[in-house]
Amino acid sequence: MKTIFIKGSLFALFLLISGGLRAQVQETPLESAEEKFESSSFILEHIADSHEWHILTTKSKKDVAIPLPVIVWSKEKGLDIFSSRKLFKGQVYNGYMLEEEGDLQGKIVKVNPDGTIDEKNLPLDLSITKSVVGMLFAALMGLWLFISLSRSYKKTGISHPRGIQSFLEPIILFVRDDIAIANIGEHKYEKYMPYLLTVFFFILLNNLLGMIPYPPPFGANVTGNIAVTFVLAFLTFVITQFSGNRNYWKHIFATPGVPFWLLPIMIPVEIIGVVSKPFALMIRLFANISAGHIVILSLVSLIFIFRSIAVAPASILLVVFMDCIELFVAFLQAYVFTLLSALFISMAVEEEH
Amino acid sequence: MVLLANSLTSPAIGLVFWTTIIFIMFFLILKRFAWKPILSAVKARDEMIKGSLASAENARKEMLKLQSDNEAILRKAREERENILKEARDVRDRLIAEARGKATEEAQKVVEKARVGIEREKAAAIAGIREQVAILSVEIASKILGEKLQQTGEQGKLIDNYLKDMDLNKN
Repeated sequence: MKTIFIKGSLFALFLLISGGLRAQVQETPLESAEEKFESSSFILEHIADSHEWHILTTKSKKDVAIPLPVIVWSKEKGLDIFSSRKLFKGQVYNGYMLEEEGDLQGKIVKVNPDGTIDEKNLPLDLSITKSVVGMLFAALMGLWLFISLSRSYKKTGISHPRGIQSFLEPIILFVRDDIAIANIGEHKYEKYMPYLLTVFFFILLNNLLGMIPYPPPFGANVTGNIAVTFVLAFLTFVITQFSGNRNYWKHIFATPGVPFWLLPIMIPVEIIGVVSKPFALMIRLFANISAGHIVILSLVSLIFIFRSIAVAPASILLVVFMDCIELFVAFLQAYVFTLLSALFISMAVEEEH
Repeated sequence: MVLLANSLTSPAIGLVFWTTIIFIMFFLILKRFAWKPILSAVKARDEMIKGSLASAENARKEMLKLQSDNEAILRKAREERENILKEARDVRDRLIAEARGKATEEAQKVVEKARVGIEREKAAAIAGIREQVAILSVEIASKILGEKLQQTGEQGKLIDNYLKDMDLNKN
């Protein structure tokens, strides 16, 4: 049954992608051939989320992109689901438009009947964006990987690890022994293992898949998107607060050893501390992964800035070097996020001593 | 560019929504179908390894104990052997001593008997000799003294007295 589920989801994903491959080739007026290369917009386009998956721009300025489903909701029109190809190149569909510049660049906006843009009331945009597809792909890959791993355990029983186990088990044991047990302790760690493992591999898979530049669904900057890291950090925050024992709350609202007249100062400080911990988690992951992508794209941009193939070898060498570092960072950031989550949980469940 | 950067640092509602859904689904499915079986399998294996190590340690201790037991038994057996040998030696010595004692006694008895016999024979022989001597003396005396002394009882008595004196002197 599980297999059917996995295969079904993979098939759906395949349809989603191949449906779009009836490529959207659209003409843009040929601008001057010597158009200046805008490296910053090129980089930020790659970093940011998008309603389409851009594949390439041909020499005659045709954009080839995979359209993605747009899901919008607004008070007047209700729920609308349509392909983002309907919004390509500034087209208006059903009163919606993809803003291409200004404050709302990349956002779906409502167009008033008189042709102006309603900047005040943005519709609720729940589209399946590039990041969502990339994340979905990473999640399906993770499911396939770990469900087949658990199957192999059923088969091999308690004998030594073999095949896929010998690669993944050390990582799982590392999360268990050096992250969970080392921080939370022998008695309480088991409850948090599923979350820690999930968050570790979710981040790791997205980091790694984001590093593969091509083709879709690889290369989406998922963990370098603040919305994604926000959700992960928020979940850690929620788990931490719900795990908090008497001792934890006492430390926040009646810090031992602090005279009571200082409490009006201490309580806000402690609350800031509670919030700033997951906030740091969110920023750290987002900034590290985005920075890695930006550095690599900048190095690639060098070739186009200098308009010279001679720069390519140096640029490629640097990119390969950066990729090695990023590969390390992909593991490191997954580790750091999981480690700090475990640390925050451990602070919440710590007994009085 | 700055504005795009702005959109980079402000989370989009749609992505927050989908991330939450995808992550929680991912978490729930993995928890049920992956982490539970994997962690329990790894734990079972760890416990088995721990158990086997403990039982190996126990076996080692057991063997050491057996070894020391064996040594104790060997030592005891050796002592036993020594004891038995010593006892045997003692018995032998005693038997020999006893035998020797008995033999000596027996020999002494034999010697004693022989001596008593000899004594008796000697006494009988002496008595016989004395009688012979008396008769011979009387005959000699009678032959020497002749008829004079022949019929007087007093002379017989005299001779007896002389002989008695002789006995006393000799003894």
